[in-house]
Amino acid sequence: MSIAKPLPHDAAHLHVTGQARYVDDIPTPKGTLHLTFGLSTIAAGRITSIDLDAVRAAPGVVGVWEAKDLPSDCDCSPSAHDEPMLSGATIHYFGQPIFLVAATSHLAARKAARLGQISYAERDAILTIDEAMAANSRFEDGPRIWEKGDAGEAIDTAPRQISGVIEMGGQEHFYLEGQSAMALPQEGGDMVVHASTQHPTEIQHKVAHALHLPMHAVRVETRRMGGGFGGKESQGNALAIACAVVASATGRPAKMRYDRDDDFMITGKRHDFRIEYRVGFDDQGVISGIEFQQYARCGWAQDLSLPVADRAMLHADNAYHLPHVRIESHRLKTNTQSATAFRGFGGPQGMLGVERVMDHIAHDLGLDPVAVRRANYYAAEVDAAPPPPSASQTVSGKMTEQDIASRGSEELVENTGATAAVAEQTTPYGQIVEDFILHEMTDRLLDGASYEARRAAVAEWNAGNAVIKKGLAFSPVKFGISFTLTHLNQAGALVHVYQDGSIHMNHGGTEMGQGLFQKVAQVAADRFGVPLEMVKITATDTGKVPNTSATAASSGSDLNGMAVKAACDTIRDRMANHLASLHQCDARDVIFADGQVSVQGESYSFAKAAQLTYEARVSLSATGFYRTPKLSWDRIKGQGRPFFYFAYGAALSEVAVDTLTGEYRILRTDILHDAGSSLNPALDIGQVEGGFVQGAGWLTTEELVWDNEGRLRTHAPSTYKIPACSDRPDVFNVALWDGRNREDTIYRSKAVGEPPFMLGMSVFLALSDAVAACGDGYPALDAPATPERVLAAIERVRNGV
Amino acid sequence: MDITFLLNGESVELRDVSPTATLLDWLREERGLTGTKEGCNEGDCGACTVMITDGRGARSLNACILLLPQLDGSAVRTVEGISGPDGTLHPVQTAMIDHHGSQCGFCTPGFVVSMAVAHLNGDTNHDDALAGNLCRCTGYAPITRAAEAATNQPVPEWMQDTPPASLFQKYPSGGLGGRQPPSISAPETLDDLATIYAARPDATLIAGATDVGLWVTKSLRDLDDVIFLNRCTELQQVEETDDTLRIGAGVTMDRVLTAVKDLHPSYAEMIRRYGSAQVRAAATIGGNIANGSPIGDNPPALIAMGATLHLRAGDHRRDMPLEEFFIDYGKQDRAKGEFVEAVTIPRHAPGLKVYKLSKRFDQDISAVCGAFDITVTDGTVSAARVAFGGMAGTPKRAPAVEAALTGKPWSEATIRAAMAMMAEDYTPLSDMRASAEYRLHAAENMLLRYWHEDQGIASNVLEVSA
Repeated sequence: MSIAKPLPHDAAHLHVTGQARYVDDIPTPKGTLHLTFGLSTIAAGRITSIDLDAVRAAPGVVGVWEAKDLPSDCDCSPSAHDEPMLSGATIHYFGQPIFLVAATSHLAARKAARLGQISYAERDAILTIDEAMAANSRFEDGPRIWEKGDAGEAIDTAPRQISGVIEMGGQEHFYLEGQSAMALPQEGGDMVVHASTQHPTEIQHKVAHALHLPMHAVRVETRRMGGGFGGKESQGNALAIACAVVASATGRPAKMRYDRDDDFMITGKRHDFRIEYRVGFDDQGVISGIEFQQYARCGWAQDLSLPVADRAMLHADNAYHLPHVRIESHRLKTNTQSATAFRGFGGPQGMLGVERVMDHIAHDLGLDPVAVRRANYYAAEVDAAPPPPSASQTVSGKMTEQDIASRGSEELVENTGATAAVAEQTTPYGQIVEDFILHEMTDRLLDGASYEARRAAVAEWNAGNAVIKKGLAFSPVKFGISFTLTHLNQAGALVHVYQDGSIHMNHGGTEMGQGLFQKVAQVAADRFGVPLEMVKITATDTGKVPNTSATAASSGSDLNGMAVKAACDTIRDRMANHLASLHQCDARDVIFADGQVSVQGESYSFAKAAQLTYEARVSLSATGFYRTPKLSWDRIKGQGRPFFYFAYGAALSEVAVDTLTGEYRILRTDILHDAGSSLNPALDIGQVEGGFVQGAGWLTTEELVWDNEGRLRTHAPSTYKIPACSDRPDVFNVALWDGRNREDTIYRSKAVGEPPFMLGMSVFLALSDAVAACGDGYPALDAPATPERVLAAIERVRNGV
Repeated sequence: MDITFLLNGESVELRDVSPTATLLDWLREERGLTGTKEGCNEGDCGACTVMITDGRGARSLNACILLLPQLDGSAVRTVEGISGPDGTLHPVQTAMIDHHGSQCGFCTPGFVVSMAVAHLNGDTNHDDALAGNLCRCTGYAPITRAAEAATNQPVPEWMQDTPPASLFQKYPSGGLGGRQPPSISAPETLDDLATIYAARPDATLIAGATDVGLWVTKSLRDLDDVIFLNRCTELQQVEETDDTLRIGAGVTMDRVLTAVKDLHPSYAEMIRRYGSAQVRAAATIGGNIANGSPIGDNPPALIAMGATLHLRAGDHRRDMPLEEFFIDYGKQDRAKGEFVEAVTIPRHAPGLKVYKLSKRFDQDISAVCGAFDITVTDGTVSAARVAFGGMAGTPKRAPAVEAALTGKPWSEATIRAAMAMMAEDYTPLSDMRASAEYRLHAAENMLLRYWHEDQGIASNVLEVSA
């Protein structure tokens, strides 16, 4: 059995020896060209003149392209067709590509690109949420509003009311491998593209569109990424298109990778948000009604901002039953990088809003924040069978906007089917919460981490120490699993068994470090009952499995694991049928285990069984396909079942804060996370540890600063500070919940990519707790809680604001 | 110029290397050794970490800002050379696999090299050894578990490199070593350096290249007139007397740290945070002073200690209190052809405290760096030297604060009165690291921290545990 084993990452040996190959490591054919973009130096305005003579004359330069020289608009957008690769006239943000240089080396291209002379007619840029609201600069016609019950009335009639606002910054992905792509021109105008992408099908589609080719003329291959985190869902499109355009025009291979500073300046980041809230509750902190206004700064192009903002709305409840709720979401268009997917995809922002509310209520009532949270939890999981899925959906023909494999595309659902009535235990969008396990998880986490005793110890410390204050905070996570664009919840696989019994496995998922390939290989090995070494993991390839969805939304293992299982089972059944016919028995009596195939007392090696099947002229190759069941969702109304199930987690963090400077440390973190019945506990714990630290980084030291001209001032690791080694908690205990998914997922596991990210909120809340120990006021801490913001909050609290 | 070095145990000789060619580009593009990665190209992420062995032993360095001429006479070991010639894994590699220390794998080669160097040198402070290696996937926990697990494993024999004689030593007069064009020099003595620099005062002096490297990789500057200082051993001496340490301008910060660790622990701790192991092993104290940055971390500490700067132009030497060197933003009291030869600091400064404030503790540029050397005699402040970085266009003393302290009773009231004078001394700027208001407020509070520490009140967040 290979399932549930804590096996290392499939490429671990290649990683530690430096042999693992990324796009920039692939040996390049002779004559390969290297590309760089020339970037705008204003945030908003119009190009009045472009002089690229010096660029063309620079050493090593082979070609220079402006927008007018391209074979098409070379649209890079995953949604609204609003991202021409090069701007020909209008400048939308500081750092927007204006021209493309191809040279004989990466350095020559970079040097040449600096020589462009571009004049502009500048206009006032819209940079902030306030400026965008004042100008009504937004995507969609107006705010998206979802309601359940009558929130205003419930708040007004509640015993107590509070209101407030929290600002939360964006986040740079800082994948260690920057964006990169390489295009190899083929005969007859075909194109092969190596891309560091989470979405090979999208690259295929965008390259085909740019070159006026059918998708079958473009093949995209992705062996691995050096980190993705959502930043390679759509942001690699421009590089792949640029390479393909140059390769097509010159007949030479073309490679592009962004220098780190360019990567920061060009590509999108996590959306920063402002969330305003008004809530009514009783003396125990139980919420009766709540209103949220969410403002998302989306940047200059639509990209994936609509589903990101949707997911923020979908997580405005987190783990809490909100009987009456109104959520208003503004998707604001600004002259900044186009904000994009980032681990959690809006979920963290929406969730932080309600976690702030929980903290604020607890402070208002003088109650333990854990007690307030528990008082508002959804009711516990019930064993009753879930209701049958609602009526099947038909998708209208609106999807003419080509990019139907992207999360940015839209679909119209004609029949929203039955949705749950507004009642106990439904989310603000009407999904019944059937699998809520946070009561038990909270008990176990807090018991194991000695919460009560440490709460007292922290209070004692704070009473005796004037300078260093400690804080302790708990935060739960309930995260919805499925693409909210329902049709993306599908996956394909291709499996071959060779006559020597070795197995070639391929699926549409991409490997960015999360261990997807290993988990799915474990599935394949288990289906055939063979050792893992028999299974060859191969690069994602649009020529093998077509029409794939992005490896995103934590869906990789759920979708591709099931698709591979289906393919393996097809082949296994064929082998079993053949052997059963040889032995005149039922196929069910053919057993695949321990590398052997046993039938009626006789045992064949798997290789022998494969050979026999081959000789009988039976196919040993099969595709597999999976579609997630039970989904039914109308995003306009905000009603239905967008999620197959929820994944849960809980964290408790303790911090120490220097009240003189605002500096702080994470002293200890305990985490209990729900990965269902884990396919590979070692890889899953890796996702939890890494997600937590990344989430804590988002809310602490990772600060994006734009100046008044719209220039990003934090554009390299020298100025943008992701957590370093010593920033992880001094004591860091991570455990997996030992449950299983009540839904029929691959081996009853649960998705684990994104949910742990939000456990980092416990650090932010602990900082707020420490600040609150400095006085009577409420800290109202904004994120990221840099030392500067922490010190400002301390001053507010001391002044009783 | 011509250079020679060992690469993963094999001898390499290169002719006419460009002074701005980086080791990283050469490894990846010329040698096809793609295990060493480019993550940031500015020495901040550590994905390009390589092991360099020379007369000073083995260190980890960032290949992206390591210029080829700096390598002459050293041994280079990349991730491909961390495992044995027959493919046997190094203990840190095995531990990284066993403890799931890699996810996407892109930072992993750099981590492996840093870990192997620490393992070779018996350094078990993993957080510090790995402060210059960023990982975005793992949260570091499995990596430090792996480092810990490998600690007691023996050092593989292939890790012991014997650096070759440099081409200059091999061909001391003329020959290959004399082939470098006149615009690229690597003087071996101070006198030679002084003579050459006097003749070519517009040349760029390059020691560790932690700053100049960025001119090359980020500003894309071509440097055609350069003087490499790494061969000038006279510039790399630490001379002790009963009362002073004279630190040569070419002494790297890791050696400064060692030299002051017991004498000035607070300064030493600041140096530990000032840069990662890779940066400390390259950056020099002279470079950090001479580039005149308003946010360089050494000057405030050295000024507070009353350091003396030694300058030299040709045969002419002069000394000055360090604070007088910094005239204005971008302007220092340094004549054409004049260079920093050394800095002298006292061995004894028991009242010295240095506080570095940044968004992140390790490997981050300071928003504010404050240094205080306060002497209290019989309950009265008998002397006070206070200096800050990040608070003005230069590293700068705080005369009003010092005056408010000197001669006053050593009390919280005195401290608070002196804090109020901070705004007299400084008008800081706002930038992406901090606002002006925060800088001023934090600077004031650093004085209060000094008081609290003196009174034995817990005030160091790094010393608190759960």
